[in-house]
Amino acid sequence: MHHLNKLDTKMALLEVKDLKVRVEEREILHGLTLTVNEGEIHAIMGPNGSGKSTLSHVIAGKPGYEVTDGQILFKGEDLLEMEPNERAAKGVFLAFQYPVEIPGVATMNFLRTALNAQRKARGEDEYSTPDFLKKVREVSKSLNIPQDMLKRGVNVGFSGGEKKRNEVLQMALFEPSLCILDEMDSGLDIDALRIAADGVNALRSPKRSMVVITHYQRLLNYIVPDVVHVMSKGRVVKSGGKELALELEASGYAQFEDAA
Amino acid sequence: MNVAVAKTGKGRAVSDLFTSAEGRLPGSPAVTAVRREAFETYERLGLPHRRLEEWKYTDLRALVGEVLPLAASPDAATLKRAADAVKVHAIDGARKLVLVDGVFAADLSDVKALVAEAGFKTLRETLDKDAGLLKTASIDAMIALNAAMATDGVVLSIADGAKLSAPIQIIHIATAASASAFTRSQVAVGKGARATIVETFVAAGAKAYQVNDAVLVSVGDDSDVAHIRLMDDAPDAVNVTSQFVTIGANVKFNFFNMTTGAAVSRLQGFIALAGEGSELSANGVNLLKKTEHGDTTLVVDHAVPNCVSREIFRAVVDDRGHSVFQGRIIVRPDAQKTDGKMMTRALLLSDEAEADNKPELEIFADDVSCGHGATAGALDDSLLFYLKARGLPEKQAQALLIQAFVGEAIEQIADDGLREHVIGVAERWLERRQ
Ligand SMILES: Nc1ncnc2c1ncn2[C@@H]1O[C@H](COP(=O)(O)OP(=O)(O)OP(=O)(O)O)[C@@H](O)[C@H]1O
Ligand SMILES: [Mg+2]
Repeated sequence: MHHLNKLDTKMALLEVKDLKVRVEEREILHGLTLTVNEGEIHAIMGPNGSGKSTLSHVIAGKPGYEVTDGQILFKGEDLLEMEPNERAAKGVFLAFQYPVEIPGVATMNFLRTALNAQRKARGEDEYSTPDFLKKVREVSKSLNIPQDMLKRGVNVGFSGGEKKRNEVLQMALFEPSLCILDEMDSGLDIDALRIAADGVNALRSPKRSMVVITHYQRLLNYIVPDVVHVMSKGRVVKSGGKELALELEASGYAQFEDAA
Repeated sequence: MNVAVAKTGKGRAVSDLFTSAEGRLPGSPAVTAVRREAFETYERLGLPHRRLEEWKYTDLRALVGEVLPLAASPDAATLKRAADAVKVHAIDGARKLVLVDGVFAADLSDVKALVAEAGFKTLRETLDKDAGLLKTASIDAMIALNAAMATDGVVLSIADGAKLSAPIQIIHIATAASASAFTRSQVAVGKGARATIVETFVAAGAKAYQVNDAVLVSVGDDSDVAHIRLMDDAPDAVNVTSQFVTIGANVKFNFFNMTTGAAVSRLQGFIALAGEGSELSANGVNLLKKTEHGDTTLVVDHAVPNCVSREIFRAVVDDRGHSVFQGRIIVRPDAQKTDGKMMTRALLLSDEAEADNKPELEIFADDVSCGHGATAGALDDSLLFYLKARGLPEKQAQALLIQAFVGEAIEQIADDGLREHVIGVAERWLERRQ
């Protein structure tokens, strides 16, 4: 049992139970179990290829993954039955490790279309243009994203760091209840990391949970996790408090390879 | 005559088409003689078929079968329907010239405002004395048929130095079901002039109609002309349009065609760069669904040195649609320093969708820079997933990517207002998909 006792009284937001996933006939996740309660921040660390991005993709609903066993519940509902857009409207947000470039789709147009699609799916009114613009302006300013970047195609010609900040911008706009950050820190310089992390911290709330996938303890100095999980070979092999990250930084993953 | 009478698919003799219409075709006896000769050419050739290189992918014998009889002249009821359609499809501020079932409708047109800036006649009027407009140097059966059968059209002349203050929009409206309309128009632009011509093909309730249109355009030196065409016909219509353009020196000619309807459509454009230092931008979009067949065939002929031509073509094909793009760039021996490029891309939205691309370069000069490229493929799954993960339903995510895809051609339209109008027509097509 890797739950911390003091958290067990909270509401589970995300429950991954004994998840087995195949990609092209090869099993990548071999029975992964993970519970994230409302308001918690979980960090997932683990060597390259251990299946961290795979897990995040399956939660977001990316095609190409075959779930052969197990379950993912989100607010008690079966997430695997939903289309990716339904998951987004319900509050699942994945900040991608490698955000794609979409030439010809202006960032502003994309943001507005996406936000309004989510609101429509939830039966909420669409944002008026002035309200929308005001909101984008506020958030982009706090993330140090220049306005002219938003006129370009989605992520087109953005630097690695700018792409990551654009992901955080979307997270702030869409106000999801579960944020999965897949290596948000990769490709960010020290200042950009601080700005992005501040942006993420500003979104912390008792109703919002986060899963922070990272290789580096440094990010966790900014976004302090409640729980740290170690993933190896398609499973969670150890969970603990934030000090587990420091331990990993000092001793590496070798000790977990056998456990997996 | 000892020749077997050529029969159409439904048993009608081909010659009936002409004889039954002849009394209604305008023109002097000399014009009638030209028409008869043109019809004989058509009778001899018949509908184009796949064994003709130019029509390889668009076999009208298989796709269309027969040419329908001439539509009746519009009456008060059809003109009323046409008037409603004009309201929907007119571009804000444009001077409208409306042709209903192949006949010019003065009451629906802005002739008064137009003649303050440009010369205007109907084809019918010019044919009273002159058969010149029915003659085109072409041995294409559909063009011959057009010469034989053309009932009306608009004849525009834009004087040297004239800068038109508003676009001219020629609106072709079909109201008659199971009938044909034949139109032929001319746009003669003088030197140092500026003009924008828009042509819109739509239906007002008509089903299963056929359009055969021809447009003859000439552009004088130092002029700046945009020609935008929207083939937005009813889903079961047939539209074959032939366009001839001759461009003088130091001209900017911006050409764009978009097909968003018709069971079978073909735009065949023949654009000759006949004066040095001119720039041609010729672009197009096909948006096809169901079993629609859309063919854009462009021949760009560099006859003189130092001209630039750019072609960007995009096809989006859904269901069992079939898009054809044939682009030929001819560079004549004298046309040194020609810079001609053509890029065509097709987006296939279903496994059964089809796109044929035939880019061809015929280069007879040695100091030129020419090239072409063609791609075909499906929507990028990783882009689709990104959009869906952000909350866009499948069709809406597709629509955004399709808009971006065709945007590369549409953004070549220089005029902001017209570009927005064209985007609006494309968006309506996308909405019909959802
Ligand atoms: N589409 C795919 N086809 C084949 N193998 C795949 C595919 N996607 C992932 N894999 C494999 O699954 C394993 C887990 O990959 P994943 O990207 O989830 O790892 P990760 O933990 O995120 O690694 P990193 O730390 O490098 O980002 C790897 O061995 C990878 O090669
Ligand atoms: Mg990864």
